[in-house]
Amino acid sequence: MKRIDATFRSLKKRGEKALIPFITAGDPNLQTTKALALEMAARGADLLELGIPFSDPLADGPTIQAASNRALQSGTHLQEVLQLAGELRQKTEIPLILMGYYNPILQYGLERTAQEAKSLGVDGFIIPDLPLEEAGPWRQAAMAAGLAPIFLAAPTSGAARIAKAGRHTRGFLYYVSVTGITGARQALPADLVAALKEVRSLVKCPLAVGFGISSPEQVQNLAPYVDGVVVGSAIVQRVAKLKGPELIKEVGDFVASLKAPLKGKGAVSGEQ
Amino acid sequence: MLPNRHGRYGPFGGQFVPETLMPALLELEEAYRRISHDMEFRREVGWYLKYYVGRPTPLYFARHLTEALGGPQIYIKREDLAHTGAHKINNTLGQGLLARRMGKKRIIAETGAGQHGVATATVAALLGQECDIYMGTEDIRRQRLNVIRMRLLGARVIPVESGSCTLKDAMNEAIRDWVTNVRHTHYVLGSVGGPHPYPMIVRDFQAVIGREARAQLRRATGRLPQCLVACVGGGSNAMGLFHAFVQEDVRFVGVEAAGHGLKTGHHSATLVAGSQGVLHGAFSYLLQDPWGNIQEAHSLAPGLDYPGVGPEHSFFKDTGRAEYVAVTDTEALEGFKLLSRTEGILPALESAHAVAYLQTLAPQYGPEDIIIVNLSGRGDKDVDAVAQALEMSGEAH
Repeated sequence: MKRIDATFRSLKKRGEKALIPFITAGDPNLQTTKALALEMAARGADLLELGIPFSDPLADGPTIQAASNRALQSGTHLQEVLQLAGELRQKTEIPLILMGYYNPILQYGLERTAQEAKSLGVDGFIIPDLPLEEAGPWRQAAMAAGLAPIFLAAPTSGAARIAKAGRHTRGFLYYVSVTGITGARQALPADLVAALKEVRSLVKCPLAVGFGISSPEQVQNLAPYVDGVVVGSAIVQRVAKLKGPELIKEVGDFVASLKAPLKGKGAVSGEQ
Repeated sequence: MLPNRHGRYGPFGGQFVPETLMPALLELEEAYRRISHDMEFRREVGWYLKYYVGRPTPLYFARHLTEALGGPQIYIKREDLAHTGAHKINNTLGQGLLARRMGKKRIIAETGAGQHGVATATVAALLGQECDIYMGTEDIRRQRLNVIRMRLLGARVIPVESGSCTLKDAMNEAIRDWVTNVRHTHYVLGSVGGPHPYPMIVRDFQAVIGREARAQLRRATGRLPQCLVACVGGGSNAMGLFHAFVQEDVRFVGVEAAGHGLKTGHHSATLVAGSQGVLHGAFSYLLQDPWGNIQEAHSLAPGLDYPGVGPEHSFFKDTGRAEYVAVTDTEALEGFKLLSRTEGILPALESAHAVAYLQTLAPQYGPEDIIIVNLSGRGDKDVDAVAQALEMSGEAH
């Protein structure tokens, strides 16, 4: 949790915004994920989000569903993802966030997950099918272990729920840019900037936006209104297409291109 | 009365869905609360149930089946005679009218056997709503007739090719659609599963089955039954029959699909052989591997081919209010033949599971005792599958 807070603080001091790339752990295998994670950390990622594969990822579009299937076929489960996080922590101080559906975490045990994750160097969890109403037991386990339970807000949430999510989340609030599932999109909703301004006025914590963001141009357009940008499917598409050194280089270059518009030039918003 | 205000039946139920859907569930809960006190809405539902669906469906004393089993008196609740040939229309009609009240012009649904899809498409045609039905490609193959029916009714059938290509995957896709189009779309969930308030809404719309059966049996015999039997996939027809008797000293038996046999791992016996976890928005029993990934279910009956079950059934199991058993594909085929030959009624393969279990129950009762079995649907949709299965087992008929 501390690593996440420290990262947003130091980025703010430098007038930068966070790039938060997502890949599914174990897609197509854990060695590739490890190499990709380290490359992304070296090429401009500020936080890393690793997906825990699940058989029924119902907030995800076809790209991440396919990644989840490839990862399950390679035998990747929560335990392997935790071990991978531990290996990454030996090599980098970048904040590590795991994103996974509730049932695998529930079966592994809420406290066991939180404690093992913390001791291996994980900093936070995003659980997309665990809304505030159901999050009590997990939030308690995560906070007790020193992990950030990161909550989401959506375009349908309305002011009261967004404010509540802002109070309960730790690390940052994850704003879902579209009414829909994950997946790279050519165009983001026309009212997204207005929505982000409203969210900013409702919460005090750092604000990240994700879902559908796939190009440096989109990142540049959103940067003034947020503290971080999550890019997932656009990277996962590359993981699906390429392999070996070519994949590592392509993802590294892509991450660097996404980070460029988030660097320097001073923040337009950012009052916290 | 359950659920509590968090949508829980004991520990079961809840709302494990993406944040995008939470406001829609709260809106649905509020709209449902309003209309359930609205006499005009209730009259409207009652009118359609009578003149459009054809309710009340008969409670039929099955004399020949009773003789064949040689024990208790068997009464059959004839949901197969409801419009569209199954109990599913009770729920889709209620939800279709509810969607209209909520100003949602488009409805979507998942379907396995196709019965819920047909019932949803029917109501959409009746009420002038746009309708999309998600159906696994494996089920599309098995239930071609229902696919044609849905298309004739003006619905779009969207094939789902993920996972096992059956009901679970169709439900994932329907939820993804709902997440995307939630502002103008109502999701007509077909069973007593999913996130709160669905298990409550579907139960309440299906509870007409048990209310009618209770009144009909009292008129015919002046008594309560000793036992109720129904098949359980997600559990809507069973809950619909059971609910009017919850406070009475009446035994509830839910029959799940043991598929090729519980030991083979190819079954859909969620309550009998599953464990607790979260699937499709609810904490309930489900079929999963040790890592919490959902396992594929199997049943010859597509409507039972689902690795989850409604949370209130999980509550009934743990409190002992109902007992849950499982019969194999082969036993279900025997049930199918038994009812067809003794009473001239072809049951849906799903309902045939309940009929099959009568063979086990009957010896436990005397001739004064009464069992009601819910015939949740008609078997026309299954004749190809049954013929094929009987041929494979060397019984060409």
